[in-house]
This record gives sequence, structure tokens and C-alpha cells, in this order.
Amino acid sequence: MSTLMDPTAERESAELQPLPRLADLEGKTIGLLDISKPRGDVFLDRLEDLLVQRGVNTRRYRKPTFTRVAPVELKQQIASECDAVVESLAD
Amino acid sequence: MSYTIVVKKECETCQLVQPVIKDIAAQAELKIYSQDDPAFPAGQDVIDDRELAYSWQQRIETVPTVIKFDAAGKEIGRTIGWVKADWETLTGITFDDNLPAFRPGCGSMTQDPGVPEKLAAQYEVDSLSAREIPLGSEEDEIEACFDRGWSDGLPVVPPTRERVLRMLSGTRRTPAEVVGTVPPDLNECTIEKIAINAVMAGCKPEYMPVVIAAVEAALQEPFCMHGLLATTYFSGPLVIVNGPMSRAIGMNAGGNALGQGNRANATIGRALQLVIRNVGGGKPGGVDRSVFGNPGKYTYCFAEDELNSAWESLAVERGFEPEDSTVTLFAADGLQGIVDQKSRDPESLCRSFAAGLRAVGHPKMVLAADAILVISPEHERVFRLAGWSKQQLRDELISLLTIPGRELVAGAGGIAEGLPEKFADASLPKFRENGLHIIRAGGTAGMFSAIIAGWAASGSTGSDMVSMKIKN
Repeated sequence: MSTLMDPTAERESAELQPLPRLADLEGKTIGLLDISKPRGDVFLDRLEDLLVQRGVNTRRYRKPTFTRVAPVELKQQIASECDAVVESLAD
Repeated sequence: MSYTIVVKKECETCQLVQPVIKDIAAQAELKIYSQDDPAFPAGQDVIDDRELAYSWQQRIETVPTVIKFDAAGKEIGRTIGWVKADWETLTGITFDDNLPAFRPGCGSMTQDPGVPEKLAAQYEVDSLSAREIPLGSEEDEIEACFDRGWSDGLPVVPPTRERVLRMLSGTRRTPAEVVGTVPPDLNECTIEKIAINAVMAGCKPEYMPVVIAAVEAALQEPFCMHGLLATTYFSGPLVIVNGPMSRAIGMNAGGNALGQGNRANATIGRALQLVIRNVGGGKPGGVDRSVFGNPGKYTYCFAEDELNSAWESLAVERGFEPEDSTVTLFAADGLQGIVDQKSRDPESLCRSFAAGLRAVGHPKMVLAADAILVISPEHERVFRLAGWSKQQLRDELISLLTIPGRELVAGAGGIAEGLPEKFADASLPKFRENGLHIIRAGGTAGMFSAIIAGWAASGSTGSDMVSMKIKN
């Protein structure tokens, strides 16, 4: 495992922080990404209902196959159209 | 009293002195360290120093080395190589007459190429005080630097302990020395932090004195780095290097000097920018509010072409000796070209320069931005052949750039920008006193010169050009 010497003034944590989470859903657009496993759509349909009831905008996406990572174009599209994304993973 | 001897089997002189070692071992307390073979010398108790820990700790540069210690274990003498008289004096023992009087020693294995840095990294864990950032086992080192926000957009060299120690070998200053506080966060900057960022920029250790001088100059109060970083204006720090050091490290003062291709030019300017970013916390989207920036904010650093010039260099004009090596910091925009391929007399070429300089910032903007006029060899020739001094050129430009107020007032020329009406009857200089600088650089074929315009807040309201000597 490599270590690197810190080039900064060391005011922040040395650990890589995840991207900031949304503080709230007010006025946000949430992407719902189906990985194309069976009944993933059922889960996302239900989630979408709950979000819409709360006045949150949603957009639906689908990976071509669950056996590969999402295509770059799909990731770029989601990133430009949504504030956050929920991905349904398991069967 | 006791002795230690450091040897390596590969060294013929070490082989020669085997009987001597035997004699000493028989008469005194002796520890023998072998750098390459613990079975050498044969017939003795030998300590295996193939990890070179003892050799490093004792600063062994030559084998054989004999060190004498007092009863308290403090070193009281040493001798290197084989000089019979010196060994006899040190040990008080008389050795075999058949031995030669002198044989040179060999290099210690601690000095093999690449080994000093490895040993320093391994054994001198206390010499660096920067926090160590452990990377994830699957992290690519270069991506890791991007992910942590350390990059200016281009890949940086991952700052490993070894690389940082190697960079620090380029300066005699101590790693812990604080050179100043870096805006905008006003954090302390040490020599060590400069070295880490110089590694990331891609510098060689020999550039370190220049990088340190550039950082120190940028942090001088008159340069106003804080305001320069924060401004909505185009400018960023430009580093001009003068003197023998610029040539010793191979900087480019000639063709494409303001562009890419030369490692010293590219990485010294970049190291300064990375220090501002990483130590100072100054980033676009943060305190850096520049509307456009300019490409020089990746790196802007070149050497003045002083050897071929008929005129005194920027550094000499500013009070330094020709033998001094200096950095000069200027709050600079990118580059504005002046094309003049027909002027063969100085008056005509001056007018071309003045026409270009008029446009700095805005043709109606006066007493705001400073500027540097970078004259190419082919253009400088015109003045040299006419026997003009640099001051004569400057005086002529200042005269040509004394502008009637009626051209400058708001509304003049149908342009709302401009000075208040009260200046309509005055004549105003384009540049404040000492605001126009003239240097020579560039390739030898091309009848062009260039203007590097300064920050609109030049002088006491903002940034002043700052020069400093480069120290080792």
C-alpha cells in the first residue's frame, strides 16, 4: 500500500471523503436506475410512488445489462439530469 | 576504547587489510561490519550490514573505514581507505612492514546510485513532518492525487516519501523552516511543503532554490498574492528568472520560451501555482473568482535572454549584479502579440510598440495596469543598430503613450467606459511611473514582440513587481 506526503496545509481529514449527500429533497430530481435484474422495476416503481407523493421529481433509467458497469454515456446523462441517483441492485 | 570497521568483500583494499583486521581484533575490542558478505573477512566475527543500517547511521562513504570510540561510546576518530601510518596512529598498533603504505578505498555501498534516497526514506523517518496519506490498496497513485483535489487539472507526480526526500536534497535549507504564510487561507508554508508540491509539479531537485525564491517573492506583501488570487481579473503570477542559475538549470530564454517544452520553465511556474492551490487553498470556484483566468495560470515562467542582449537585464535594472541569480514576480495576463515586419528605424518600431501597449486593459484605461514589453532578438536589433539604450526606448514609449484626456473620458469615441470629464483637458500617461518593463526573450527568427499585461490593480492599490535573489 502506497503512502503519499500531504501537499496541503492539513486542515482537512486525510481520509478521502465521499461526495456530499443532499441536505433535503426540496426541488431536487432523483434518478432511479434499474440494473435490469428481475423485478428491479417493481422496487423502483414503489420508490417512485413514494417520492412523487413527496413532491420530488424523478427520472427513470435502465442499464442495458446487469453484467457490465453502466455505459459511460448513461452515467454522464444521469449526472447531467439528476441531483442524486438510487440504483436497485439485487433480485 | 573500541573500534568498528566497515568493509565490503568486493573491495580489493578491504581484502588487503584482512591481516590488519586480524591484528586489531586480537589486541582490541573490535566490531566488523560487512556491507556485502557476512562471511568476509573469513575467520572473524562479522556483523551482517547488508541492510546498510549501520553504514548509513555512521555516514560511511568509503570502505574500509575504521572508527575509534571512547569508553562512553563517543566517536573520537576515524580513517578511511588504507593509509598505513594513519591506521597505526589511530590504533596505536604497528602493522606488518610488508604491507604497502597506501591503497585507495572503494565507494561504500550506501553511495550506490539511488541508494541514498532509499536509505534516507527507510532510516530517517523523523526528517519529514508532513502528514502521510495512506492510499487504498486498489488506488492508482495518479488518480488518487486527482481525487484529493491536489491537481491543477493535469496529472501530478505522486509525492512519495522518497521523491520528497530527493527533492529536498536540492536545497540546504531545513525542511521545517517556515518561508511564509500562503493566501487565501493564510497557512504556514515550510520548505518541506514546497518540496512536496515541487515533486507534484515535476521539478528536479536542482530547481528547488528557484522554486523557493519564487514562493518567497510571491508571498512578499507588495506582490499582493492574496488579492491576485481572489481577483475577477485575468492575471496570475509570472516568474522571470535572471542570472547564471537560469542557465545552470537549462531554462529556455529563446524560441518558444513563453510556451511549452522546457522542463524547468514548465515545472517551476507550476510548483508555485500548486503551492497556492494546496498550501494556500486558492482554487477556482473557491476564492479564485477570475472570470477567464489565462493559460499562464497552469504555469508561467521563463528566463530572460540576457547574454545576447545589448541592454542591461531586468535584474540589473532593478539593482542586482549580473552574477546574481534572481526571480522576479509579476501579476501577469497571458500574451498580446505585436507584429511589425517592416520597421527598420527605431522611431517607427517604437510607434508600433506604443500602439500595442495602448490597448493594455482598454485603450482608454490609464494608470491602472503595468505591463512588460518582451522584445524579440530581431526587434531589439533595430534599436541596437541605431545605438539606442533601453532608457531611450522607455522614454520614447512614455512620450508616445502620453494621451490627451479628451480621448480618455467616458463617452469619448462613443464608448461609455472612460475617465471622469474633469480629465478632458489633461494629458495622462498610459502607465504609472516604473510601470512599464522591458525585457528580451524569444527565438531569433521572427519580427514580433509581445506584451505581458499586468493586473489592472498595479502598484500600491494592488500588486508591485517583486524581485529576490535565489539562495542555495
